[in-house]
Amino acid sequence: MNPSPTLIIGIGNPSRGDDALGPLLIERLEALQLPDVELLTDFQLQVEFALDLQHRQQVIFIDASLNATAPFTFTPAIAEQDNSYSSHALSPGAVLHHYQMLYGKPPPAFVLAIRGEAFELGEELSPDAATNLAAAQAWLVEQLTLDADSFSAYANAAADTPTG
Amino acid sequence: MNNLETASHPETLRRVAIEPLSRVEGHGKVTLLLDEDDHVQQVRLHIVEFRGFEKFIQGRPYWEIPVMVQRLCGICPVSHHLAASKALDQIVGAHHLTPAADKLRRLMHYGQMLQSHALHFFHLSSPDLLFGFGSDMAKRNIVGVAAAYPEVARQGILLRKYGQEVIRHTAGKRVHGTGSIPGGVNKNLSLAERDELLKDIYQMIGWARSAVHLTRQLFEQNLAEYNAFGRFPAHTFSLIRADGAMDLYHGGLRARDMDGKTIFDHINYNHYWEQISEEVKSWSYMKFPFLRSLGPEHGWYRVGPLARVVQCDFIPTPLADKERQEFIAFDAGNPAGSTLGYHWARMIEMLHAAEMIKELLHDADLQSNEQVVTGERQEIGVGMIEAPRGTLIHHYHVDENDQVIRANLIVSTTHNNQAMNEAVRKVAMQYLDGRKLTEGLLNHIEVAVRAFDPCLSCATHALGKMPLQVELLDAEGRQIDRLVRNAP
Repeated sequence: MNPSPTLIIGIGNPSRGDDALGPLLIERLEALQLPDVELLTDFQLQVEFALDLQHRQQVIFIDASLNATAPFTFTPAIAEQDNSYSSHALSPGAVLHHYQMLYGKPPPAFVLAIRGEAFELGEELSPDAATNLAAAQAWLVEQLTLDADSFSAYANAAADTPTG
Repeated sequence: MNNLETASHPETLRRVAIEPLSRVEGHGKVTLLLDEDDHVQQVRLHIVEFRGFEKFIQGRPYWEIPVMVQRLCGICPVSHHLAASKALDQIVGAHHLTPAADKLRRLMHYGQMLQSHALHFFHLSSPDLLFGFGSDMAKRNIVGVAAAYPEVARQGILLRKYGQEVIRHTAGKRVHGTGSIPGGVNKNLSLAERDELLKDIYQMIGWARSAVHLTRQLFEQNLAEYNAFGRFPAHTFSLIRADGAMDLYHGGLRARDMDGKTIFDHINYNHYWEQISEEVKSWSYMKFPFLRSLGPEHGWYRVGPLARVVQCDFIPTPLADKERQEFIAFDAGNPAGSTLGYHWARMIEMLHAAEMIKELLHDADLQSNEQVVTGERQEIGVGMIEAPRGTLIHHYHVDENDQVIRANLIVSTTHNNQAMNEAVRKVAMQYLDGRKLTEGLLNHIEVAVRAFDPCLSCATHALGKMPLQVELLDAEGRQIDRLVRNAP
């Protein structure tokens, strides 16, 4: 069976407050049953995710962020060597770098960074994060229902990233 | 234990902090106090233990625990899943699981052992071992490994992926699996799943064996340095099978002293607190376990691959046992007592895990539908398992409403707290004492910590967290110099 053209990976711990933003958005997307989209979720990115990127037309990483402008940012991800390989949590760029080492040029990839504020174990999503999540979901679903070139436009216009 | 834990007059000394440690999970910090002549007077490894566990667990129905505890740490969720399940087996009175349940859990566990050890060696520690501890940072990374040793990088990813697939088929899902439940398991391994895993297991065994030989080769090429690096004598502690064999899933407690003499053996772990206790120190967030019979000052010990490989009588799979015997005999046993010996022992365990996976895949019990047992309900349950990093303890009290009212966890890295401090002190004396600080020298300290493969915290992984910062302060606290590693 051929992999779906679009792969979306939600990253985060569902039990750590706003760290749940990535997995929660994946949950909501699963309910929508979007065609040609495969959804994955995990606590953190690891080297084996490079294998999931094979035969994709585009890849979107979704994660909570302390630094992103609220409610969210959407930026191209590029293959790059950084120090994250050395922790148990790779950056999207490092995953793309692993892909490059194995297979060559990676598919177009993007990071949807949703602004989060609090990350304590056992805490619920903060009210601000819930608002940001809703905005990110609405925007992403709209983009996914447009034609396949809509994300390529972001790859070519990194300065014009939407912020919700 | 050496005397670098507390300096006589710390207020007169310069403080150097490595914060946090790179290439280990979570928050860790090493502080060094140096005198005016750059001699090391105090070294401490400060670890932020994970917080909020009690609040997270208390009041939850016990049957939720095996799934919930996976969220304590995204690095070793399966270890917590299985340790919690074992504790709750006792709560539900399931003192003897069905053959299918026992073997399916074991298969899950060996899958995790394979993928965890593969990740640590191939991606976290291989840059140091293949290029040298003080080598140029631009080269000492996975890209450098991939360029110089392309097959090493590729095999590491595929071994890791294979272990994850074993977990997926046994736990039911790639992440947050639910396969293990109180009293047994809730799914078997279908013939299609078995055949999919059988397809590649022989290749995995071959690669695991090559990894053992690569580590041996690294020792042969750097024998004097590796034997001496961070070396200190230590007691050992682990589970052991009734016949003395290595058993990473279940067994009795064994502890041996630094000369290899048995302290206790085949002790039922249900009352583990009679054998080990935990000391609290003012300067660390993590406790210091020790063997009660030896007291807090002398009773600390090592756990994990080096302890397990050294103190078992044999490994019950042929290729790994042959490698174990060669490891023990090599250079009169010196690597078996060295901090870097952890890497060699870890690869032997990875080979053992691959062999056990092969053995289990050929067992028809995995397809059985007899998966759960129950018995007389109890209030207290203890589950112990040998996780990739060492002995893991889950201990629960459940009330008449089926809610958890008390819980205690002693994770693998906590057992190794004092041992890691000893390694760091030794390395500081060997490589930093009386010399000016450079990034390469500081990496020697991190190499010592990385050998233990610690999981220092169950930290969040949101973008923007955890930049690496090193500060050099003078006696008045003024910043003299600063190094920063970019955050991902």
